Amino acid sequence: MSAPGSALSGVPHLDVDPFDMMFFADPYPTHELLREAGPVVYLDKWKVYGVARYAEVHAVLNDPATFCSGRGVGLSDFKKETPWRPPSLILEADPPAHTRTRAVLSKVLSPTVMKQVRDRFAAAAEERVDALLDKRSFDAITDLAEAYPLSIFPDALGLKPEGREHLIPYASVVFNAFGPPNQLRQEAIERSMPHQAYVAEQCQRENLAPGGFGACIHAQADEGAITATEAPLLVRSLLSAGLDTTVNGISAAVYCLARFPDQWQRLRNDISLARGAFEEAVRFESPVQTFFRTTTREVELSGARIGEGEKVLMFLAAANRDPRRWDKPDSYDITRRTSGHVGFGSGIHMCVGQLVARLEGEVMLTALARRIAKIEIAGEPKRRFNNTLRGLDSLPVTITPA
Amino acid sequence: MPAITFIHPDGNSDRIETSGGESAMQAATRHGLDGVLAECGGNTMCATCHVYVDEAWLARLPAMADDEDALLDGTAAARLPNSRLSCQINITPELDGLVLRLPERQV
Repeated sequence: MSAPGSALSGVPHLDVDPFDMMFFADPYPTHELLREAGPVVYLDKWKVYGVARYAEVHAVLNDPATFCSGRGVGLSDFKKETPWRPPSLILEADPPAHTRTRAVLSKVLSPTVMKQVRDRFAAAAEERVDALLDKRSFDAITDLAEAYPLSIFPDALGLKPEGREHLIPYASVVFNAFGPPNQLRQEAIERSMPHQAYVAEQCQRENLAPGGFGACIHAQADEGAITATEAPLLVRSLLSAGLDTTVNGISAAVYCLARFPDQWQRLRNDISLARGAFEEAVRFESPVQTFFRTTTREVELSGARIGEGEKVLMFLAAANRDPRRWDKPDSYDITRRTSGHVGFGSGIHMCVGQLVARLEGEVMLTALARRIAKIEIAGEPKRRFNNTLRGLDSLPVTITPA
Repeated sequence: MPAITFIHPDGNSDRIETSGGESAMQAATRHGLDGVLAECGGNTMCATCHVYVDEAWLARLPAMADDEDALLDGTAAARLPNSRLSCQINITPELDGLVLRLPERQV
């Protein structure tokens, strides 16, 4: 008998807490430590395996039969603990059940649907930039990165106007809950009741406007693709993962472009780089930093033997800056070939809303670059702490019109 | 190893060597070819590795799956009868010499 991750399997044990405030403040030295310690590490603090190199993160993401999601994609093992909310039918599901629900959301958020909403999303981005140009000095998080998705996504879903202030707090709970039972998670769940009640209500068919993404999901129940009881839970997935993620994605892009004026200038010179500038920000900042999987059997991964029922923590952000995979990984380069980054994951669970995120990012950066000459950071950026999401709470900026 | 040719919208072409078991998309991105974005990295989710297959080769490719078919309806450039996603074309020795035309745009 050997303890998990014992010397027998050659897995280095690290005394690192990747859910600690100190870590969140500057994760990069620890990411490097995790990557360089070995292809697979063991984190004694939470008794989990960890992978931080690109190859292993990609391998785990692409072997869902061995590294399953059905036992939760946070630290909590649904086989041993009761989940804090009814599990997601897509994120926290495995094939074959996942295949069916995934197909529904893929259809609702397909490239064809994106073509239909593109003009609307682009017009809203222009309107947002109009408002920002009036202000000149503003908070790039609340006034831009939050205000823009809030101006389009809830409408695109078909949500009622009332109660939308619950959306970002609800998402914050969801993403904190993937973490360990630390203060962030406990407090988030304790305060979640009103947000959960709002979300459960909005997922019902009668509360979703015709033509929106939510109504389209319910319509799939009429087609027999899902049951009428599954539909609200699938709508919940969009409410959980469709807003705060794009807020952090847009924050990341604006923060990068404000910090690296040479890249902003390149974008100004060639606005067709907007989509790439957004994608590179997703690689560079990795708004979703981590996810867990659970092993369904004993498995050997890059020489490490991992037993059945073990949690494996994937450091997406560290993989996105692994020098084994990326040239100058710590540079934000808007012309980089980013294909293959794992900021949206990879494999069967790869972000189903990635096309919405890219569309929002592209049209927003296009509108900004067209009409703004300079974005300057005008005060100390403040970080927002979350067990899974990396982003800012506040980013004071001053803009100069073009 | 089989080599395949990508023809750009301006008529220029690139002949690239593939390595064992990779898709046309992977070969293109590995060589840094312009015109294949592959935003989703080969997960059949984004339709940004769209190609037009040379007519002579079309029938020699494996049939497309439903998800590829659905995504092709959303390509940025017009879908034509010879449209495919290059991430779904695995390069086997029989495809040595395959010719793929790139669309005007991927997004």
